[in-house]
Amino acid sequence: MKVPVNWVKDYTDINVSVKELADMMTMTGSKVEEIITLGEDISNVVVGRILSVDRHPDADKLVVCSVDVGQETVQIVTGAPNVEAGQLVPVALHGARLPGGVTIKRGKLRGVESQGMLCSGEELMLKEEDYPGAGVNGILILKEDYAPGMDIKEALDLGGEAIDFEITSNRPDCLSIIGIAREIAITCGTEFRMPEVSLKAGVGDINEELAVRVENPDLCPRYMARVVKDVKVGPSPQWMRRRLAAAGIRPINNIVDITNYVMLEMGQPMHAFDIEDIEGRTIVVRNARPGETIKTLDDKDRQLTEDMLVIADVKKPIAVAGVMGGANSEITEKTKCIVFESALFNAPSVRLTSKALGLRSESSMRFEKGLDINTVALALDRAAQLVQELGAGTVVNGMLDVLSASLEKRTISVRWNRINELLGLSLTVDTICGILARVGIETDVQGDTLTAVIPTYRNDIEGAADLAEEVARVYGYDKIPMTLMEGSAARGQRSRKEKLLSCVKNRLTGAGLYEVVTYSFTSPDIYRAIGYTDPAEYPQAVKIANPLGEDQSIMRRTLLPSILEVLSRNYNRRISSCRIFEINPVFLPKSLPLTELPDEVLTLAIGEYGNDTDFYTLKGVIEEVADLLGLGDRLCFERSSHPALHHGRTAQILLDGKPVGFMGEVHPKVLENFQLDVRSCVAELDLQTLLDTANTEKQYKALPRFPAVNRDLALIVDKKVTAAQIEKVIKGKGGKILEVVELFDIYEGKQIPEGCKSMAYSLTYRASDRTLVDDEVNAVHQKIVNALEAELGARLR
Amino acid sequence: MREKLEQIRLEAVQALEKLNSLNELEDFRVRFLGKKGELTLLLREMGSLPADERPVMGRIANEIRAFLENELETKTAVLKEAELRQKLESEAIDVTVPGKRPAAGKLHPLTTVLNELKDIFLGMGFEVAEGPEVEYDYYNFEALNIPKNHPARDVQDTFYINDNILLRTHTSPVQVRVMESQKPPIKIIVPGRVYRSDEVDATHSPIFHQIEGLVVDKGITMGDLKGVLDVFAKALFGPETRTKFRPHHFPFTEPSAEVDVSCAICHGAGCRVCSYTGWIEILGAGMVHPKVLQYAGIDPEEYSGFAFGMGLDRIANIKYGIDDIRLLFENDIRFLKQF
Repeated sequence: MKVPVNWVKDYTDINVSVKELADMMTMTGSKVEEIITLGEDISNVVVGRILSVDRHPDADKLVVCSVDVGQETVQIVTGAPNVEAGQLVPVALHGARLPGGVTIKRGKLRGVESQGMLCSGEELMLKEEDYPGAGVNGILILKEDYAPGMDIKEALDLGGEAIDFEITSNRPDCLSIIGIAREIAITCGTEFRMPEVSLKAGVGDINEELAVRVENPDLCPRYMARVVKDVKVGPSPQWMRRRLAAAGIRPINNIVDITNYVMLEMGQPMHAFDIEDIEGRTIVVRNARPGETIKTLDDKDRQLTEDMLVIADVKKPIAVAGVMGGANSEITEKTKCIVFESALFNAPSVRLTSKALGLRSESSMRFEKGLDINTVALALDRAAQLVQELGAGTVVNGMLDVLSASLEKRTISVRWNRINELLGLSLTVDTICGILARVGIETDVQGDTLTAVIPTYRNDIEGAADLAEEVARVYGYDKIPMTLMEGSAARGQRSRKEKLLSCVKNRLTGAGLYEVVTYSFTSPDIYRAIGYTDPAEYPQAVKIANPLGEDQSIMRRTLLPSILEVLSRNYNRRISSCRIFEINPVFLPKSLPLTELPDEVLTLAIGEYGNDTDFYTLKGVIEEVADLLGLGDRLCFERSSHPALHHGRTAQILLDGKPVGFMGEVHPKVLENFQLDVRSCVAELDLQTLLDTANTEKQYKALPRFPAVNRDLALIVDKKVTAAQIEKVIKGKGGKILEVVELFDIYEGKQIPEGCKSMAYSLTYRASDRTLVDDEVNAVHQKIVNALEAELGARLR
Repeated sequence: MREKLEQIRLEAVQALEKLNSLNELEDFRVRFLGKKGELTLLLREMGSLPADERPVMGRIANEIRAFLENELETKTAVLKEAELRQKLESEAIDVTVPGKRPAAGKLHPLTTVLNELKDIFLGMGFEVAEGPEVEYDYYNFEALNIPKNHPARDVQDTFYINDNILLRTHTSPVQVRVMESQKPPIKIIVPGRVYRSDEVDATHSPIFHQIEGLVVDKGITMGDLKGVLDVFAKALFGPETRTKFRPHHFPFTEPSAEVDVSCAICHGAGCRVCSYTGWIEILGAGMVHPKVLQYAGIDPEEYSGFAFGMGLDRIANIKYGIDDIRLLFENDIRFLKQF
């Protein structure tokens, strides 16, 4: 809300600087966004009277003017065609600054001295609507009688300051100059003066001109109208145009300007209809009928629906209630008789209509927050008064008022000390009542109970908490002492899940991985990128109804694409090696369309490329995490397949035999889809299940007291035999004395038969209660060798 | 005999001075003290001396031996020390060559900042609560005193799944869930991911992170809110940090406040980071609206509470001087390495 300081001064005094005022207002709840200095870019431009106009001796198109600029008479050369002796014009003197950073200096034009410049409207950044005549080609001719030498900013009211306030949605009353004036008075302790609204006697009787019928009083608790005859549509006076412009509203003509002026001043949106366009001379406030349309003032055709409230005549809609007028009843230069509308419309209804039409206006943004039922009448009279003051027409006596709600102030009763209890203050009841009186709330105290009479423009005040806020903001938020609550003991410790999660993250970073954070929505097409070929097989995801774009329209079910995107981004930025992980939920709908919330499953995804990373480095990281969670022995890896992964290098990860994830090398085609020209490995795990299953209880095991016996075992086996198979046989036959089995070498090539591989194990035998003798170890070792030969066709190398 | 002994002592002392290596030292030992050394050989001649001279000569000879042995030992120690020193010197390395680092990754800056915030609040007795990101309209709006068609819904441009389910626009729904399931006293913080349909630019992201706080008990005051947030701001930005509470409006708190902290960069003098105001707005806060308590089944006459919320991404950006929120989601390793 842009508030010109000079305007607001009509209703209250300002006894501090604008900067101080801004700071003070911010601290009482009207946050200042910006202080705008008007006309800042114009200086040393004054009113001048042209005394004479003579031909330039050496140039046909130039004239030499003698101009009275108050203190002196200066000679100025100009090329403008419209100057005549006797005119008042803006004169930029030597050293003057004009909008756009132009500086004016004295100089010679074709040999004749010119001590400044006569200004056009454009050079002062004035448009025709700001000042009639400003748009013509030539010098701006001033119509009013100003003394030569007067600062042009003062003459045309181009100076001053405006304060831009951020008005919160609970305070629509502050979307007005008087609302802000009231807040200034509250803040600075000055007097607030309501504009005096009084009308001179008019002509005739409104009941002979117009009828109003409200068919849906729920959506229109009050509708008021006045009629003005003999209207002379034309520009409104300079002071009104300047005020509107300074507040950010474009002046149009005197009638429209009056409605806007009243809206800005009182906060009550107004509308003016040409009565000739109201068929049957009857205004009907009703819901739109099926299929009805209206062309609004912005010249757009609008399709109306039955839940929208319209202002209509007996046949057609002529305005969308509270949102915008119709082009069919617009005020034009030919308009002779008008109807002023001032009404109260239901806030949610206006909001819905405005949203549905995609049409927000100064009017709708006020109505949708809820306005004052009493200002409706005041504003209507104010508009009529301005018509009389401006001589814009003849006001018809009387007004129509269709009212279906109470005009009375609400009262609320609270325990007054609750205000202190909420704020942590100990104000006396007198202090509280004094502050409330300052914000316009009358009070009556009976014992513990305070009864407050709430002004009708403060619909936001409902109970003790709201009164507490009024007290606090006037008393000063900064005066509330800082305390730390007593007694509210809470344990203040991390949950089990959090502790485990933190350990997992630290383990992963300790292993050299970087944590990444990516978006949780993605494109439905992403499944194609990660190797799914048949759209029918795309996993069904939660879909956003109003996404920013199709490529961000589903909630991800897998972190894999995000991980690949990050790998790709780094790869294409020439990062030679990249190891990353993300921990975030995936969203698994229980059924579609969604009727209940989807499962959000905390998921760990890892991706790597570059420096010494391969399937096994990634697997090692996963094993480390499993160990950390006490699940090392319960996790196993089985060869498997996945659309995104290399067929020969994919493992399903099982916990206690149940799948909890997968890992593998990324399929070359998927690499290509992500512009990755490097072998990459990825994994995705259901971290939720791992954390839920985790067992981090530790139990001490005695250190060995007897020596171990080490035996190596070099086997030649068929290539298809897996390490898991071999290990299973070894452990099965090793019995209690087999302590550790470690695979230390795999070799294929020279000296190994085609289709075979060599696998070398180191076995550690130990007994906890004695020193093992060779015979005992040999017997077990031989049993293992025999079983490997028998079961897996292994030969000793 | 005596002369010979003195002669040996003299020669030995002269030889000693010239010794420069452990090898020479050994030669010296053999020459004078070895089994065939000069002193030993001379002592063998003792038998030919008169009986009364023998003890005297013997004493002198032993003195010389003891002296030489002692000298030898000292000299050996000195030379060994010198030799070791030389060996170590020859092994000197260039200590300015960079170290061999173990591979180490980093937590994302958002996690690091979140951990810091959690520690601050855990230290004040808060617990951490969480809730779903895909949420019912009821928890995200209605139970927070934002009924359908409330203008505040416009402020938070919402991603909807359908009429009843949406992507949460703030972490506040978790407040309601906790109040529904837990009796006061309640003292929680709620970190989490939130969604608003903002187009991406340097300061906006459709996905960002919040951390929310809620305290509900008997006798909780706005003074407590101010106290807790002041402690928090000082812990996060340094003990000289000041806080400023300005009246504001949120549908779910009343009274409500926006909270500024004195700029951590310029300490209030005014700089680019704080737009030359000396203050940075980081928090929205207020006393829990009585209707919100009521919705969750808590009697607002008996209990009161406060709530606050802030953007984690914004805090991280302020703390690290990051000027573009998009960097947080790009995950360039060169960026992540810096934290």
